[in-house]
Amino acid sequence: MTNTVRTYDDVVARYEPVIGLETHVELGTASKMFCGCSTTFGAEPNTHTCPVCLGLPGALPVANEMAIESTIRIGLALHCGIATWCRFARKNYFYPDMPKNFQTSQYDEPLCVEGYLDVEVGGAQVRVGIERVHLEEDTGKNTHVGTSGRIHGADYSLVDYNRAGIPLVEIVTKPVPGTGAMAPEVAKAYVTALRDILRTLGVSDVRMEQGSLRCDVNTSLNLPGAQWGTRTETKNVNSLRSVERAVRSEILRQADLLDAGTRIKQETRHFSETSGDTRPGRSKEEATDYRYFPEPDLVPIAPDVAWVERLRAGLPEMPAARRARLGDELGVGAEDMRKMTNAGVVDLVGATVHLGAPIGEARNWWMGYLAQKANEREIEPVELGIEPAHVARLIALVADGSLSVALARQAVDGVLETGSDIDTVVAERGLKVVSDTGALEAAAAAAIAANPDIASKVRGGKLPAVGALVGAVMKATRGQADAAAVRQILLQQLGVDA
Amino acid sequence: MSGELIGLGAAELASSIASGDVSAVEVAQAHLNEIAAVDGDLHAFLHVDTDGALAAAKAVDARRAGGAELGPLAGVPLAMKDVVVTKGLPTTAGSRILEGWRPPYDATITRRIKDAGIVMLGKTNMDEFAMGSSTENSAYGPTHNPWDLSRVPGGSSGGSSAAVAAFEAPLAIGTDTGGSIRQPAAVTGIVGFKPTYGAVSRYGLIAFSSSLDQAGPLARTVLDAALLYDVLHGHDPLDSTSIPGVRFGAAAQARAGAGEDLSGVRVGVVRELGGEGYQPGVLAAFDSAVATLHGLGADIVEVSCPHFQYALAAYYLIAPSECSSNLARFDSVRYGLRVGDDGVNSLEDVMSLTREAGFGAEVKRRIMIGTYALSSGYYDAYYGQAQKVRTLIVRDFEAAFGQADVLVSPTSPFVAFGIGERVDDPMAMYVNDLCTLPASLAGTPAISVPCGISEGLPVGLQIMAPTLADDRCFRVGAAYEAALGGIGLHPRRLSA
Amino acid sequence: MPDATDSTARIGRDDVAHLARLARLAVTDAELDLFAGQLDVILGAVARVGEVAAADIPPTTHAVPLSNVFRPDVVVASLSRDAVLEGAPSVEDDKFRVPRILSEEA
Ligand SMILES: [Mg+2]
Ligand SMILES: [Zn+2]
Repeated sequence: MTNTVRTYDDVVARYEPVIGLETHVELGTASKMFCGCSTTFGAEPNTHTCPVCLGLPGALPVANEMAIESTIRIGLALHCGIATWCRFARKNYFYPDMPKNFQTSQYDEPLCVEGYLDVEVGGAQVRVGIERVHLEEDTGKNTHVGTSGRIHGADYSLVDYNRAGIPLVEIVTKPVPGTGAMAPEVAKAYVTALRDILRTLGVSDVRMEQGSLRCDVNTSLNLPGAQWGTRTETKNVNSLRSVERAVRSEILRQADLLDAGTRIKQETRHFSETSGDTRPGRSKEEATDYRYFPEPDLVPIAPDVAWVERLRAGLPEMPAARRARLGDELGVGAEDMRKMTNAGVVDLVGATVHLGAPIGEARNWWMGYLAQKANEREIEPVELGIEPAHVARLIALVADGSLSVALARQAVDGVLETGSDIDTVVAERGLKVVSDTGALEAAAAAAIAANPDIASKVRGGKLPAVGALVGAVMKATRGQADAAAVRQILLQQLGVDA
Repeated sequence: MSGELIGLGAAELASSIASGDVSAVEVAQAHLNEIAAVDGDLHAFLHVDTDGALAAAKAVDARRAGGAELGPLAGVPLAMKDVVVTKGLPTTAGSRILEGWRPPYDATITRRIKDAGIVMLGKTNMDEFAMGSSTENSAYGPTHNPWDLSRVPGGSSGGSSAAVAAFEAPLAIGTDTGGSIRQPAAVTGIVGFKPTYGAVSRYGLIAFSSSLDQAGPLARTVLDAALLYDVLHGHDPLDSTSIPGVRFGAAAQARAGAGEDLSGVRVGVVRELGGEGYQPGVLAAFDSAVATLHGLGADIVEVSCPHFQYALAAYYLIAPSECSSNLARFDSVRYGLRVGDDGVNSLEDVMSLTREAGFGAEVKRRIMIGTYALSSGYYDAYYGQAQKVRTLIVRDFEAAFGQADVLVSPTSPFVAFGIGERVDDPMAMYVNDLCTLPASLAGTPAISVPCGISEGLPVGLQIMAPTLADDRCFRVGAAYEAALGGIGLHPRRLSA
Repeated sequence: MPDATDSTARIGRDDVAHLARLARLAVTDAELDLFAGQLDVILGAVARVGEVAAADIPPTTHAVPLSNVFRPDVVVASLSRDAVLEGAPSVEDDKFRVPRILSEEA
């Protein structure tokens, strides 16, 4: 491990990486791009298909207006210029997941051009240039049947066209030079920031694991001052973490080759989640010539100023701006805001504070126990199902002493299990701090009787040992006692005054 | 009885059905009988839907019995070109690659035809994927011209033109990409109309060249063609290139035109569409047609369209380019033929073997021409340049229509030629469309009306109008038709 | 391959083989010769478009110019799965079955 790290540092000291990202986003429209079939994920195979998205002879496409508007809104959020006139084009190549054996896409006339997205890495701001944002249609899904389960060595394949024709937005960055050792983090930060923007716009559920957000990463290396090297394109990078790992491993791989005097081959490679490195894709027998030409079955898109301005006016506050505002409101420093952002809890903390909780408490709950619970479930905190209102109430109950922290956590578990609110859980599970000293004294006496040797240690002056007895009492009272009070009672009964 | 019935046109049949003089079932049966009697010699049909036709006719009779208001063509039989998708009925586009395919949906015009109570008799033969001018490129064998069975009925809508000319049906649907309605109509002595591009929905037309394809009517009279056109045209939200709000009164114009008065109408004779390479008999028939129009009061002017000479070159780049992409979907995966799936061959092999076996020579030629014209490095010089030439042809039309209300020319330089005469020479086949290509490239409407006989075979007059002036074709066509009083010799009734 | 303005365009067996591969046509040896000859003649004829001076002329892709033709984002019923799979050459687990695929997606 340390070895790789050293190698990496050494590599980026000698070579300058240039990265570029191509992101495909499945839009969350109700119907497909060119037909009325539903886009719902996970339906029975080939039940969301019709003459259009199956490419049946005679069928014709009609563009989904919502998809066009979503694409323009994405372009506006990325500070792009919006074309005043553009067309769809046919990208011609044979592949069985493409019903027409051409993809309806955009070629030299994309809907949005020339924008940028600023991302922050390690306190530094990096501007990632956006070359184009265009609209196209998704393909169906192939399942490869055979011992390997992969395309290599498969006996045959099965095709499901439910996904075919779902609107797909392609966002292409300009090459990003000059990020040096930070290239992998920049790539990750870009995809993270893009995902936040898309989520804020509400145009996609941006689930990388479900493939509604897919990333291809271009990487090249060059010697300082020399011209850019040959780039490779790494496909199926399916998580934020993988984006970082893919760039990193490709930098290391290319450096090994360059050190050995081997020239880099321009090729498509595939990232392996398991091995964490990239493998060459199987190259085609000849370079593909897509024979693009304007789609004659569709008419041009000509967004007029009024339309574009109406969409611009309807844009929500973008994540960066919102964070800055929240930071001021909450009196939280930039570094802390960044931490909360990466943990995906900024809005949750903000909402909790708005409901009367102190920022410190709100932050600790969302960044601590709740973040941990989200981690265990491998979901985002926002998906936990526990509301800022719950957390605010929780914090209030702890503040007025009716719950200990331990009890509060039990209450959270209850909410996560049952979905009911804090007070219901507290009531149903009888969660409350026991202040009835009689009960506590009885429990203390029992604990001392059950642990004579610990008791004698304490009597002998080893005060810390009392902790074990406190634990026993807490256990006996199902955590409902106030630990400090219990300690007092025990020491009294043992005749030790602290 | 049945003899009289098949002799009648669509308008007469519709009124005698509406008045109850004859039932729709009798009319359908009479035409089914004629098909049974003559189609062995003619081979106009690829599929005859006897049960469907009789059921549709029964439904019309029932509606009439129930006192329902019948449409202007209710109960009238129609022959449907096999390139139009018909739910549950075999639809092959004349190709082996779609043999046995039964579509799960109806084309928009199929639906309009059914809704109008028109009785579909079956699907007609055609050049494979509408690529051809003789119907010899059908994978299912050629159709014969009822005027002379040794000759072609034109193409690609040759099955439809032959069926109407031979009285198997009073009406037929054709599709026209470079002349595939007008040229077959001309060489079988009937009327054929190609609408303004976008006036008739293409949804459910198996695409050959998306920016050129239009469906239209074939009939024995201008009025019958107009009645069918009024059923076919109109905006369709399922076709992005369908023009919103178009509503013509074709039948009304045809009836008005029959008044035989064209005074004040300026008729432009296109200098570039005649002379060199045209058969003398064709030119003679055309000249007398112009004289007849003059006699109806029309002012005859000569117009020049200098870029029409490039129409053929532009067309044979644009149409193949679009078809090379449109026909890519025939890949053995979702429907149609599959060849070579032996468990060893890869999908790539099976696709190539299937397409090799499923497509005829002309289709392969055009797919390869189009693939070439679209490849990087050739696009600008071929497809791109052809689209610019197209603009110049549009401008020629605009200039000409500044001087004339309609333009006229022969529909085809030739009368029907012999089956097999031109199959080995693609260019010799392509020149059949010389006169029809400009209107196809410009998207303007044009009608072909019989205008005489040469070598005992019919000659067609093409009347072209500006975009969205489809009505003019019917008005002028009907006037001319009335003045001519038929072309003397009538299409032969093979059963008589 | 020749450039379009050259009206003596020459297209050979290899060019036809290349086009056939791009178009997924397993043409026979005999066809290579036949098509090479015919495509040569046709391409020579259509290259005539190059004679027209059209540098400043905009292309016409649609005869009748329309723009912004859209459909509302409304779900309409799909086909029944039986209708979808009925015409398929081979089906397994309600999916379209195809032979093993050699090349990866573009
Ligand atoms: Mg893409
Ligand atoms: Zn669909």
